[in-house]
Amino acid sequence: MAEDGTPDLPAPPDAANRPRIGVDEWVAQVEGRRARYRGLRGALLERFERLPLAARFALFLVPAAVFPLLTNQGNVFRYGLFTLVYALLALGLNVVVGFAGLLDLGYIAFFGVGAYMYGILASPQFNNHWQAEFAIPVVVLVTALIGLLVGLPSRRLVGDYLAIMTLFFGQAFVVFVNNANRINFPFFGHVDLTGGANGLPNIDPLNFFGYKLQTTNEQYYLLLILIAFVLVFLYLINQSRTGRAWRALREDPLAAELMSIPVNRLKLLAFVFGAAVAGLTGAIYGTIATAALPGDYDIGLLITIYAVMILGGFGSIMGIVLGAVIVSSVPELLRSPGNARPIFYGAILLTLIVKVRPWRRLAAILAGLVGFGFAVHAIAHAAYPRLVAGSAQGSDRFAHALNHWMLYPNNPGKIADVAYVVLVAGIVILPQLRPLLRTVLLVPLFYLVMFVWENLLLEQISGATRLILLGALLVALMNARPQGLFGKAYVEIV
Amino acid sequence: MDWSLFFDLTVSGLTLGSLYALIALGYSMVYGILKLLNFAHGDVYMIGAFIGWFALHGLGGPLKPDVGAWFAVLGMFLFAMLGCGVLGVAIERFAYRPLRNAPRIAPLISALGVSIFLQNSALLIFGAAFRDYNTFSLIGGKTYNYGNLYLSVPQLMTILGALGLMLALTLFVSRSRVGKAMRSVAIDREAASMMGIDVDRVISVTFFIGSALAGAAGVMFGLVFGQIYQFMGFIAGLKGFTAAVIGGIGSIPGAMIGGLVVGLAESYATGYLPQGSTFQNLYVFALLILVILLRPSGLFGRAVIQKA
Repeated sequence: MAEDGTPDLPAPPDAANRPRIGVDEWVAQVEGRRARYRGLRGALLERFERLPLAARFALFLVPAAVFPLLTNQGNVFRYGLFTLVYALLALGLNVVVGFAGLLDLGYIAFFGVGAYMYGILASPQFNNHWQAEFAIPVVVLVTALIGLLVGLPSRRLVGDYLAIMTLFFGQAFVVFVNNANRINFPFFGHVDLTGGANGLPNIDPLNFFGYKLQTTNEQYYLLLILIAFVLVFLYLINQSRTGRAWRALREDPLAAELMSIPVNRLKLLAFVFGAAVAGLTGAIYGTIATAALPGDYDIGLLITIYAVMILGGFGSIMGIVLGAVIVSSVPELLRSPGNARPIFYGAILLTLIVKVRPWRRLAAILAGLVGFGFAVHAIAHAAYPRLVAGSAQGSDRFAHALNHWMLYPNNPGKIADVAYVVLVAGIVILPQLRPLLRTVLLVPLFYLVMFVWENLLLEQISGATRLILLGALLVALMNARPQGLFGKAYVEIV
Repeated sequence: MDWSLFFDLTVSGLTLGSLYALIALGYSMVYGILKLLNFAHGDVYMIGAFIGWFALHGLGGPLKPDVGAWFAVLGMFLFAMLGCGVLGVAIERFAYRPLRNAPRIAPLISALGVSIFLQNSALLIFGAAFRDYNTFSLIGGKTYNYGNLYLSVPQLMTILGALGLMLALTLFVSRSRVGKAMRSVAIDREAASMMGIDVDRVISVTFFIGSALAGAAGVMFGLVFGQIYQFMGFIAGLKGFTAAVIGGIGSIPGAMIGGLVVGLAESYATGYLPQGSTFQNLYVFALLILVILLRPSGLFGRAVIQKA
């Protein structure tokens, strides 16, 4: 009691220990409840996570910034630009799928909308030649708006409906741009909006305040700066209230709603954010390609971006950058046969050595592989000479040795195609079989790998073969590690 | 009003609708039991069309079939349904079953992967060229007509065949032991397994039946439209799904009615709406959006209370 008789106010809570109002602590701790890796990878990841933030970003950005200085323009274009475009797209998609847990299968359409919008604003098509500082904000706003419109009907729907709606939207976009060159509008009459199947050619280069970004290096650095911005922004938003709310939404929408998180608004926000990033990337991609072609925005790219994101791991920002590097540059590296063969056989041997334990099993498999090859070769030689009529590419000693071991059909086309499909299906199925069967089947499978490699992939990694591989990658990764290569699994608390 | 155009559109709408209904059944049954959107379903339908083509050519080809023309057609259906059924079971076993307790997004992505895999494998193995069923040489170009109503033999076959299959399915689900097990698994998987139902087997049977229906639809498509190609499954799958949603996903009569609604809507859009022949897919998309906005549980579906 004080002197005038009023009761004492309760003492102010201890500043250090008082509950932090407005911070959803349980959600904020979510990173602490992840599985830890053991061994070398665990140690590396832990070391990486202890680095200060700036150092972590620098670890990615500095090599990327130095890359164009070390190599020529052709390589920057082939490896650099596409990696950055993939990374930027995957980062945007990651907000939608990885943070908020919405499966957006029309994402590439927003990328396309960006490129086409920019083409309409800055190309000879309508004789508009806007400066980039006006055109890009307009493009981003329009794509965000379209994202809002597509997201609105899906707002109250569960994940599956959103997936199919967006898939349909993506398809509708492709149909639309393919045919929008002959629409008769009620008041304007005939307007060629998108150039139909020929696309919009001759898009202007990015033109900031009169300065044109035309060389590959300039475009590369622009993209890199954008990625740096997006990375920092994503990091900040991930730490913010919104980021935590997104994660809560992803883990359990129903529980999040009961915690008075505005689920619908947050879903739309994530969706619109993803659309805006895709639109921005699309505008820049349009100027790099100097054209907007309908075929570029089809399902193939969607799968590629999903592969990037899944390789990296949902919600892991750094993993995605690595995923983009892998997905975009590995097929390019393998394209020239000179460095492809050593990389390939090296990778096979390394996989076997790392994965197969104990060493007796490894030796058995390797011996089995060599024996199997000679046996198959001998049988084929006796029974179907056509199968060994060809010969290995190259004339070094290794190629010569391969001639006695591997089958080289005279005209491998169809046989190799079928073998490829069987192989990819086998790779998906094999890990799910019983251990003994798995070991036994491993030998023919690896032989098949090399057969397909020598007869099909050494010539071409593109189009259908690439997509099959990516499709199988999605299935296999979802089965083996749903959290992606670099993501971390949750410790389930029930 | 031009009645002959109207009847033409109605007949082609009913034909398309029967195909969509068969596809929608597979979606709906799988969704009812697993709550899984099987993106690969459209591609199973495409594979069915190709199996039918190979069966036809294995039986001597459309010009001079080794057996009677009608036996050839029957053989095509048999092989396609069996092949697709087995394919569907394999897909479930290796791409979905390991993910049954994973987060919801994992099987969806896996399904997408299967779809891409099937499409591009078909492209690689069967080549990019369109294949011709050459129905005309096989069963002739006979057309029935009543006044303004024209019905070709393949169209009649499709509509009646789809009706027959749906009737058989309804009987199977409502009368047989396995059908009863399917219904109980759809209501509550855990409770069903506690009652001694082999849930894995029931799911396999569901995939077998759904995929077999899609395979039959693929052969029907080939017979009616003549040409089949690698990417026919994608759009057809989307429309089958639209049909399933319109009918109320998880409901078998809903999928049938939904399929007819989508087929008729597409056909009338082609004939009557501006630029319909180019943009009919966009009109179907608009229909899907309308249904989702106005009646998300579909015509026959019941609103479900979401549980954790």
